[in-house]
Amino acid sequence: MPVLCSSCVDKRAVLKRPKTGHSLCKECFFWAFEEEVHQTIVAAELFKRWEKVGIAASGGKDSTVLAHVMKLLNQRYDYGLELMLLSVDEGITGYRDDSLETVKRNQQQYELPLKIVSYEELYGWTMDAIVSQVGLKNNCTFCGVFRRQALDRGAIMLKVDKICTGHNADDVAETVLMNVLRGDIARLRRCTTISTASEGDGVVPRCKPLKYAYEKEIVLYAYFKKLDYFSTECIYSPNAYRGHARTLLKDLESVRPSSIMDVIHSGENLSVRDGVKMPVQGTCGRCGYISSQALCKACVLLEGLNRGLPRLGIGKHHRLHDKILSQQPLSEREERKLKSVDF
Amino acid sequence: RYLSLLAGFPMCQVDEDYHDELERAGAPSVSKQCVKCKEATAAVVIRVGDTFCRGCFKEYFIHKFRAMLGKNRIIFPGEKVLLAVSGGPSSCSMLSQVQEGLSQNAHKKLRFSPGIVFIDEGGAVGQSAEERRRTAAELEAVFKATGFPFHIVPLEKVLDLPSKVLMAAPSPSEQPAGAYKTAVGHFLQSSSSSSSCVTQQEEKESSLPDVQESSTPLLQRLMASVETLTAREDLLSTLRQHLLVHTARSEGYSKLMLGDSCTRLAVKLLSSISLGRGAQLAQDTGFSDSRFGDVTLVRPMRDYSAKEIAFYNRLFSVPSVSIPSLDTKAPEKASIQRLTESFVIKLQADFPSTVSTIYRSVPNLPELNRTFYNPRPCCSVCAYTSFNGVFWVRTCDEQAAVRYRAPETADVRTLLCYSCQLTIKDMVSQSPCTAAGSALLFPKSTQEEKRKHVLVQVCCPLFRELVEK
Ligand SMILES: [Zn+2]
Ligand SMILES: [Zn+2]
Ligand SMILES: [Zn+2]
Ligand SMILES: [Zn+2]
Ligand SMILES: [Zn+2]
Repeated sequence: MPVLCSSCVDKRAVLKRPKTGHSLCKECFFWAFEEEVHQTIVAAELFKRWEKVGIAASGGKDSTVLAHVMKLLNQRYDYGLELMLLSVDEGITGYRDDSLETVKRNQQQYELPLKIVSYEELYGWTMDAIVSQVGLKNNCTFCGVFRRQALDRGAIMLKVDKICTGHNADDVAETVLMNVLRGDIARLRRCTTISTASEGDGVVPRCKPLKYAYEKEIVLYAYFKKLDYFSTECIYSPNAYRGHARTLLKDLESVRPSSIMDVIHSGENLSVRDGVKMPVQGTCGRCGYISSQALCKACVLLEGLNRGLPRLGIGKHHRLHDKILSQQPLSEREERKLKSVDF
Repeated sequence: RYLSLLAGFPMCQVDEDYHDELERAGAPSVSKQCVKCKEATAAVVIRVGDTFCRGCFKEYFIHKFRAMLGKNRIIFPGEKVLLAVSGGPSSCSMLSQVQEGLSQNAHKKLRFSPGIVFIDEGGAVGQSAEERRRTAAELEAVFKATGFPFHIVPLEKVLDLPSKVLMAAPSPSEQPAGAYKTAVGHFLQSSSSSSSCVTQQEEKESSLPDVQESSTPLLQRLMASVETLTAREDLLSTLRQHLLVHTARSEGYSKLMLGDSCTRLAVKLLSSISLGRGAQLAQDTGFSDSRFGDVTLVRPMRDYSAKEIAFYNRLFSVPSVSIPSLDTKAPEKASIQRLTESFVIKLQADFPSTVSTIYRSVPNLPELNRTFYNPRPCCSVCAYTSFNGVFWVRTCDEQAAVRYRAPETADVRTLLCYSCQLTIKDMVSQSPCTAAGSALLFPKSTQEEKRKHVLVQVCCPLFRELVEK
């Protein structure tokens, strides 16, 4: 005998919600998923009426579902938001072409304006070119740092008030665990915040409407809605902590499915004693982007790339920042240290 | 060539400057000499490069214990301190440190008056009466050798605990600044007349536990009513804590010393976070925990790793007794506590800095105000006290995931903390143990009606059944 949907008790259940264990029909699942995102948006007051919101779109499942749900809720609840898609072209042959094609199709399906900013136009380097210089081992440093700035720059070009990203509950919980493994309580607290205010010029406020959505449910939603996305799995190879945190989270979820929410809840409610020092934010002496050092990470990485000293941005070389800013030459010893790269 | 490998990375989230690599376990140190005295041959390698000879290791180990107590100045001279000994290496090592510190030839003598408590959990973990007697006898021999008064308490006793255990009692005094100094003064005066605080003790020994025949099955049914091992372990640790606090309180001890090592605390930190207990990390893993008001929990072993303790116990023949626990022999993924433990232990084997890195977070957590017994909300099960007066409520219906803040008014659901709501949720409906469970969690008190209400709302069918009767 087929199982009936526990919500409408009418249609046949087609899935068991990973988050609650309830058996639901397709329509009831869509409704529950969308309502939860709506609740998240309303409870945290993520948007104001008439705001211009950029949806960070990579063509992957998270951002595709985000774009779909944002468009839908904006209409259903009359948020009055002006939505647009914002994409970063890192410049990777093969991979990026395909995912950007997906984003372009999304643009037409959702009838939203799209802005693509490329690493090449922003930094003069494509990711392919970077990898050929720094090797695979360190590429994540570059893609993380460059991507963050690229989104901000794209957002400023589009004059959006806010960027929303596709970070889901699994991502947030994973980051909490990762910060525990790194012993970083200060970041631990901050990584669960649902939205960040502008931290300075050149930084656009960000928020995560899918913060409480399980990755598994995002996949189910995209599957049953037949959404068009580019399927890819990220490998965080260079960051040992994230890999361990991810493994642990998957295991926790298998023991107790609510674990993902429970970990986030823990992170949100952790009280940090006053005086836990967070790095003081200043601005980059070269590009004006926020930075706790004399030069922002992107500028240091770029300087390293342009001078053929790729190690400059990897590891801690803060003492060299002033030298770089004032364009002094580096000593031979310094140069030698910064040249070698493990591939 | 690397395109396939590259395929994933543009999706990477910003890792900011998180690129500190984990340090792999290095090759064992070849140094054969003690790093401290630079003379004797090394007997112990704590970490790469930290090799001690027998004598220097002992000195280092003992110093660390005194330093921990000295630095925190929380135990007053002459104060009655109850040592919770589980039979495991860490708490047994703690016992030996207290003995060492109270001995006549101790360099800086400890000046408090100790007693020992052992909670016999045999009834909850399925030991036979015979096994329980054997374990208790083994521990009794260890305890007797110390000359300290001791209490062997069966877990079954928790079933007839008075309701006020759950309520934090007011601490005896507000202990203003300078109180420690005054107490030292008093102590010095009084101890000059009597010889030593140890010999002062009456030979007050508890005999072997006398378990009521009927209460063991009741306890077993209570444990069995919990569906998951995760919730069962959580419940057991809550019961244990209540009984420890109750024993301390009824025997007149104002401090309760727990033997948690830093390895244990790292595991606890990670499992607490995974169980949704993030808000109470400071209470659960800090040096002291004053949530119970008149009895303060203290963790003097928190700077020792399990490895150091094992070395010490072996070198100096500190006895310990192995006792089965709920998750003994359970597979790795049997419970959240078991999973986080094996995760930390495995990671520690590969990356020796794991425990110390996780543990680094602990001191950064805030301490709870010592005098907090005012009407701040306090969890009816674990006695967790909310900092900001807010309790989060989980709902168990269709929208299980939508969490909301309890309203300002005294919502009955605020009687359970977030994590205990999870535990109670895992209790099965068709359980005959309702009486035991309710007596335990919801004792007769003025708030009884309110509590019954909580259970209905927290949707534990087990208790709903009871309420409807
Ligand atoms: Zn339905
Ligand atoms: Zn990356
Ligand atoms: Zn810059
Ligand atoms: Zn030595
Ligand atoms: Zn609780």
